[in-house]
Order: sequence, then C-alpha cells, then structure tokens
Amino acid sequence: MAVFLELLVNGISVGAVYALIALGFVVIFKATEVVNFTHASLLLAGGYVIARLHPLVGFWAALAAGIAAAALVGALVEFLILRRAHVGSRGVLAIVTIGVDILLTTELTRRIGTEVLALGDPWGDRVLRLGPITVAETRVVALAVAAALIVAFLLAFKFTGWGVAMRATAEDAETAALMGVRLGRVSLSAWAVAGALAAVAAMFLCVFPTPGLDRGTAAAAMKAFPAAILGGLDSTTGALAGGLIVGVTETLMSGYQSELAFLGRGIGDAAPFLVMIVILLLRPSGLFGTKEPARV
Amino acid sequence: MSGEAGPASGGPGKRGLEVVGLEVRYGPVRALRGVHLAVPRGAVAAVLGANGAGKTTLLRAVSGTLRFHRGAITSGTVSFGGSRLDGAQAAAVVRRGVVQVPEGRRVFGRMTVAENLRAGALGVPGRRAAAARERVLELFPVLAERAHQRAGLLSGGEQQMLAIGRALMAGPSLLLLDEPTLGLAPLMAARIADTVRQINAQGTSVLLVEQNAAMALALAERAYVLEVGEVTLSGPAADLAASDEVRRRYLGVGAPDTDRPVGTDPGAADGHQSHERHERTRLARWTA
Repeated sequence: MAVFLELLVNGISVGAVYALIALGFVVIFKATEVVNFTHASLLLAGGYVIARLHPLVGFWAALAAGIAAAALVGALVEFLILRRAHVGSRGVLAIVTIGVDILLTTELTRRIGTEVLALGDPWGDRVLRLGPITVAETRVVALAVAAALIVAFLLAFKFTGWGVAMRATAEDAETAALMGVRLGRVSLSAWAVAGALAAVAAMFLCVFPTPGLDRGTAAAAMKAFPAAILGGLDSTTGALAGGLIVGVTETLMSGYQSELAFLGRGIGDAAPFLVMIVILLLRPSGLFGTKEPARV
Repeated sequence: MSGEAGPASGGPGKRGLEVVGLEVRYGPVRALRGVHLAVPRGAVAAVLGANGAGKTTLLRAVSGTLRFHRGAITSGTVSFGGSRLDGAQAAAVVRRGVVQVPEGRRVFGRMTVAENLRAGALGVPGRRAAAARERVLELFPVLAERAHQRAGLLSGGEQQMLAIGRALMAGPSLLLLDEPTLGLAPLMAARIADTVRQINAQGTSVLLVEQNAAMALALAERAYVLEVGEVTLSGPAADLAASDEVRRRYLGVGAPDTDRPVGTDPGAADGHQSHERHERTRLARWTA
C-alpha cells in the first residue's frame, strides 16, 4: 500500500509537470490553431540556459534567465517563422514547427554533447517522510509550483483582458480582430507563455531523481504531447487532466514493472501513448475537447 | 447629448468615411469595382443589394478583414476622418473609431454576455470601457439581466443586441452594420431599427448594409444600390425610396401582384444585375 501511495504521489507530481507542458501546447493551439511540435526544444532551451548559467549567477537567477530565454525563443519562433510563413493550412504550419524543432534540438544536443548537466537546484536529494511514504522534496515542490502556476494561469485566462482576448481569438479570430484584438500580439504572447511554462517544467524534469539535463530530456517533453491530446487540444482543463493521467500511468507502470515483466521492459515509457490511443478511440476530440461544428 | 459620442481617435475635421474608386479582388475574382461612397459624420447611410452584390465585401474593405477571406483592395482608397484605412489591420481600424458588427452576429458563444462586452472593449483604453458599458446596458437592459449567461444560449434577437452592444463598447464614431435584421422576427427587426436610430442620435454615424430595403431606406439619409460589385444608383434615401427602379427591385412594390415591402431580397439566388424585363417579372413572381 505504501508503495502504491508513494507511486501515486510521485505520479501526480510528475503529472503536474507534464500538465505545465501540455498547457503550453493548448495555449498555442487555442490562440493560433497550430499544433506546436517545437515545444520539446523550447523546453530543452530553457533547461540548457539554467544548466549553463547556474554556476555563474546562482540557481534562482539562472532559473529566471532560463524562463526568459525559453519565452524569448518561443516568441522568436512565432515572430520570425510562423508569422511570415504565408501558407494556407494549419497542417503545413504544424510541419513547419517540426522543422524548427529539429533545428533547435540538433543545435542544443550538439552543445550538450554526452554530458549530463546538473541544474544546481537547492533541493538536492533530500526526501520527506509523510507517515509511511517517502517522497523526494523536488517532487513536492514540483507539485506545489505546478499547481500554483496552473491556478494562476487559469485565473488569468478567465479574468484578465489577455485571457478574454485569447479566448475570443480561439473562438473566432476574425470577429476578435473586429473587436480590436491584435491577433499578432495574442499569438506572440501565447508562444512566450508556453515557452516560460516549458522552462519551469524543464527544471523539474531535470532535478532529483533525474541526474540532470541531457540529450534525452527533449524526449521526456514529448510525453506531454499525449497529455495535451488526450485531454483535448483546445481545453485547459483537458491539459491538466491529461498531464495527471499520463504522469500517474507512467509512474505506476514503471513502479510495478517487475509485476508487469511479461509486457517487456520500458512499458512505463510507452504507457502514456497507449492510454492516449485508447482514449482517442473512445472520444475522438479528447476528454474535454470541444467538438468543433463544421464551419462554412 | 452623450459625452461618449466623441471619436476614438479625435480625428481632424468633420470628414467621415470616404470610399473612392474602390476595387476589391478575391484572387482572380473581382468583387467590387469603382465604388464611391461617403458617410459624413453623424449620418446614416445604407447600402442595398442582392446577395453576392458585394455589400459584405465593401464592409470588409472598410474594417480591414478582407485578408481573412483572401481578398485585397487592388485600387482606390478608404479613409475615415481624413486618415487612410485601406491597408490597415482590423485592430488599427477599430482604434480609429470604425467598428463593424459582423453579419450573422457572431457573438462568442462559449463566453458569457459580460465577457463578450468586455471583448468589445479590448481595442480601446480601459478607462473608456466603463462608460461605454453603462451606455450599452442602458440601450439593451436585457444584456444586464443575462450578464452571466453564455452568449450562445441567447435568442437570435438578443444575440443581435449583444453583437451591437459589443461593438459599441469600443465607443465607435462610425458603426458598420451588416444585415442586422437578418433572420429576426419583424417585431425584433423594428426594435433593432429603433436602436440604430438611438445610436445615431447619440452622435455615432452608421453605415448600414441591409437586404430589408424598406427599413434601411427609412433609417438612412443617403443610400447606395450595389449590383455585381458596382454602385448603380445612389442618392438621398427618400429619392431612392420614391424611384420606380428601387421600388420595383428592392421594395417589391409597383410590380404586378405585390404592394408590400419585402423582408428578404427575392433575387437572393443569383445576383445578376440585368435590367431586362424578364428579370423583373421573375423577381415579382418570387416576391408574390
């Protein structure tokens, strides 16, 4: 039982981090209708800046710089590439983002090389004992920070002018423009916010028990993709639920790997995608996605 | 009367909307040609025409939304208060005080009524929004009652009020109305017409695109008839209402078997502008 609870708490914590990444996907999709495959490299960029800067300026300043850098990279991708790509379909833009992702990831992994970069976080490998269960401090912090960020984000989405502009654009971009909403700004801010969230997620993905940032970190970011999809690409609630489902599934499957040995090793990595496929078979637009009525 | 009537940009002089020699194309298709039109400050002008005549295109050219439909102004100019609007982004047009109520209302259905009104004020500085909101709720008390309902659940008439109210949140000097009475019950259409009168009385000029020619001519001082992308008739609304041509083609009077104004344009199926007799009789038959 204690093992199960431990795994559950860890799963929820990892899931909250995935939710941060998925939220970025969703924000960009809502604001621009583009499925953003560049997300993994935004995350890697944020993590890389934190890893390189923390010996020089300390962890917190490096974290701030990493968040700013990822937001900047996101904004630049939007401003320099997507805004100028005058292609008709959103599908083509999605493929453009794959290209950008490959470029950025190649450059970053070249810089990282075979190293495993520590992030110099203050939590180290300390653990907390809560009754019968033992949880890494980093996991508790991750859960708290992710939850706080998600709540702040949802409140902003609901109540600020930025959020109203974002939702209006998501629903009907032309009419939003008729109301004076500057679509360019909405899109730019969506990419920047998504980048910033990705950098925070990068930090939590690379601290204990993970040894640090390495060239495989980007792959971890791709696990947030099934989270966003299975929640419904246009739903913030969906990103949250999807992240938690993916995190818990992955952690439980890995945790009980010895009992599930007949499924082969590494089932934990594949599980999120299996869950995604099953959910999409049952609900094609995801758990919370809106079924878009055909617009003519 | 109302302190809110001032233009968003404080544009110089008394010049209103001026459209000169406007040509619009959607790719190879020419939708408007050589259109001249003027809406002086404080006036109401109406544009009549069948479906496909280019009425909505004309409004898109003014509001800067042609690009959403892959259209572009290929010659001519659009200006308001002396400053050019052609080539401007939709948001920039709003900031100059020209706001469009889109055809088919297009309220944000997943957002509440209050949020829709808030969305209308996004293009202007926040402090103006509160005053505008008061004015809108005074004009449409029902929007205050329904403030926290989802806009998608309102009736058609209420959605039209919301769409107009949302546009007024930006405190426009010129309001562009695209078919505001389309699909509404006659009583509701009359209410909307009254509202347009009230809005105009508070100092906002109005460019009204309507298939309900009777209503449009009653509201407007000046009217234009668009046929296949060209202005074929223009003049004081009263003169147009009295002209045989307009009475026959758009008011449905003067033709055999009909003596009442029609609500919707009978020539909707094809927007061809031929002046031949057979076309007229066909229209008359459809309106009967």
